[in-house]
Amino acid sequence: MSNGASASHYPAQTVKERIERHTLSVLVDNEPGVLARVIGLFSGRGYNIESLTVSETEHRQHLSLITIVTTGTPMVIEQIKHQLDRMVPVYRVVDMTITGRSIERELAMVKVRGGGDNRVEALRLADAFRARVIDATTESFVFEITGNTSKINQFIDLMRPLGLVEVSRTGVAAIGRGPEGM
Amino acid sequence: MTQQMTGAEMVIQAMIDQGVEHIFGYPGGAVLPIYDAMFQQEKLRHILVRHEQGAVHAAEGYARSTGKVGCVLVTSGPGATNAVTGLTDALMDSIPLVCITGQVPTHLIGNDAFQECDTVGITRPCTKHNYLVKSVNDLARVLHEAFYIAANGRPGPVVVDIPKDVQFATGTYVGPKAVQMKSYKPKVKGDLDKIKAAIEMLANAKKPIIYSGGGIINSGKEASHLLREFARLTGFPVTSTLMGLGAFPAANPQWLGMLGMHGTYEANWTMHDCDVMLCIGARFDDRITGRIDAFSPGSRKIHVDIDASSINKNVKVDIPIVGDCANVLEDMIRIWRSEAKQVDKQALAAWWKQIDKWRSRNSLAYRQSNETIKPQYAIQRLYELTRDRDVYITTEVGQHQMWAAQFFKFEEPNRWMTSGGLGTMGYGLPASVGVQLAHPKSLVIDIAGEASVLMTMQEMSTAAQYRLPIKIFILNNQYMGMVRQWQELLHGGRYSESYSEALPDFVKLAEAYHGVGIRCDKPGDLDHAIKEMINVDKPVIFDCMVDQLENCFPMIPSGKAHNEMLLGDVEGDIAKAIDEKGKVLV
Repeated sequence: MSNGASASHYPAQTVKERIERHTLSVLVDNEPGVLARVIGLFSGRGYNIESLTVSETEHRQHLSLITIVTTGTPMVIEQIKHQLDRMVPVYRVVDMTITGRSIERELAMVKVRGGGDNRVEALRLADAFRARVIDATTESFVFEITGNTSKINQFIDLMRPLGLVEVSRTGVAAIGRGPEGM
Repeated sequence: MTQQMTGAEMVIQAMIDQGVEHIFGYPGGAVLPIYDAMFQQEKLRHILVRHEQGAVHAAEGYARSTGKVGCVLVTSGPGATNAVTGLTDALMDSIPLVCITGQVPTHLIGNDAFQECDTVGITRPCTKHNYLVKSVNDLARVLHEAFYIAANGRPGPVVVDIPKDVQFATGTYVGPKAVQMKSYKPKVKGDLDKIKAAIEMLANAKKPIIYSGGGIINSGKEASHLLREFARLTGFPVTSTLMGLGAFPAANPQWLGMLGMHGTYEANWTMHDCDVMLCIGARFDDRITGRIDAFSPGSRKIHVDIDASSINKNVKVDIPIVGDCANVLEDMIRIWRSEAKQVDKQALAAWWKQIDKWRSRNSLAYRQSNETIKPQYAIQRLYELTRDRDVYITTEVGQHQMWAAQFFKFEEPNRWMTSGGLGTMGYGLPASVGVQLAHPKSLVIDIAGEASVLMTMQEMSTAAQYRLPIKIFILNNQYMGMVRQWQELLHGGRYSESYSEALPDFVKLAEAYHGVGIRCDKPGDLDHAIKEMINVDKPVIFDCMVDQLENCFPMIPSGKAHNEMLLGDVEGDIAKAIDEKGKVLV
């Protein structure tokens, strides 16, 4: 018989597809429990969440925007979108990665501790990255930096040898370019 | 229509306005105001079950046999948690239900109050949608939305959790017409370009197959009618999942029988070798596909489903069509006719010749015996002796369920109620209670196993109370038969805990429940005993003692493809037919 090592009665992962990273904007009713529904869907079906931000965007219409950065094979990403789309409180799901015309931003607060040359170097790098100092003591800084995920990752990597203490990040928010709304 | 009333009265009024006649439930502290409102009216009839799981299954049986939304009313805490199995079952099989749960008063929520549980939290993954209603003025809207969501799109269960103080409070009631869903608008009409492409593909097919499923049943009787029409128009072979039995008549020569793990040889081979597959209202479940990389490898596939998330989930298809089965079939038939499409008659004749060869393999054959009743024979006789009647069949889960699917022939939809997705032992008895209520004059039979039926046996008491003459036809092999079969195949015949020790005397048990018990253990007595059962106008438990070690064939074992199925005559070698890798999987 032609059974390979992947022999399985259940759908086996026979084809290894590439993993993609997608940013999804999900417009939902701003009602109690809606975030729990979305997160429950991801954990219940074994999808990944790399970043998640949620906030009310249209107070009068009771709408919130959830921005999710997720990874998976193209088939899984497709599933995630359909699964989100069929939830009752979900109005729209837009794949910002596929539309290709979107801007993504994230804000991070980065605490660095140290003195002497390290302190000067941290300030100089912060300046180059357009990070602002929002708190300072004689032995520490808190920088505020805004940008896309890779820029922030890079900044954090640079701060690490200079005395990085901790980081607090907001997660990704995304919006489409041009005059049209979602 | 708007008027002032209490929350409890709104529940009753909304049910009446939604056309509900029966509601299955069990009272408790947190739903007393609703039961009080129920007491003071006569339009809505309450059916008192003996366990909340039974209430949900009964509502499922009611819904599946009528096409209406089934309704359930249970209390907070244990009432809600007991309903969870039924809700999950309804979600997996796409059965429209509205389940009202009581909740502790709003000011006590989160306080670990008596009989409190996080009902919306617990039922979130096992419902299509759920609500916690914190203000009485939201209640009417939520109730009507619940009915809309349960019945529209892909059907499913909806829970409405109502705190006790909201039931007591007075507010404004609005009727169903005043309620408009903001965000949930499922697509029922299929994309015409895609339907045209599908018709083109089907018309050029040399080895086509129609693979239909429960979506046809859920879509309504019209969908079954249209499926028959399309099959007649094309002459294509038709197979169906467990959930879709009855949508296409078993007596039709184009019918190949059920497909999948215990499907017929001809259905599975036709699926494997086809060049164009029309999947309509089915979801490529793992019990259907077997090994996914070897599933119908040479075919182009068309998938019609109302739920976009069912498409390209397990199997990649060439033409996805999101829409309601009846709607799409109607368009398909119209386009086929208007474009005067013709099938490739020569190719189709050759295809049927091949299919007939597979058919002649007679894969449902079994060794008859004069000594013991073979379970397959019992189902065959049950079918033959009831076929001129208005009959509805429910089942439990296991070998008996598969034999019922193989040997009982269904000509019409909504006649077959079984737990397909979740595989809930104990489904059949309470489901038959719901079916019998909806069809008081019909013959309702629960084809059962002795192990399954004991899980919800208490509902015999419900049947007795409401004088429902359900027939519980137990294929008693004194084993959890399917578990035993797998243990024989996969675990060296070590029958760990699968023997039904210390079984009750089912005849006496029936009598204890004010019913009639019949036992039969000889093939020669079977016809007479079945006729006796049919003629009793009371609940009956029929204890049919069958061959203890019979296995259910044909069978696609773990890790195998459709064309590697096992047939009954290889029984001796069966333990060797599954390799080590396959044994890991169920």
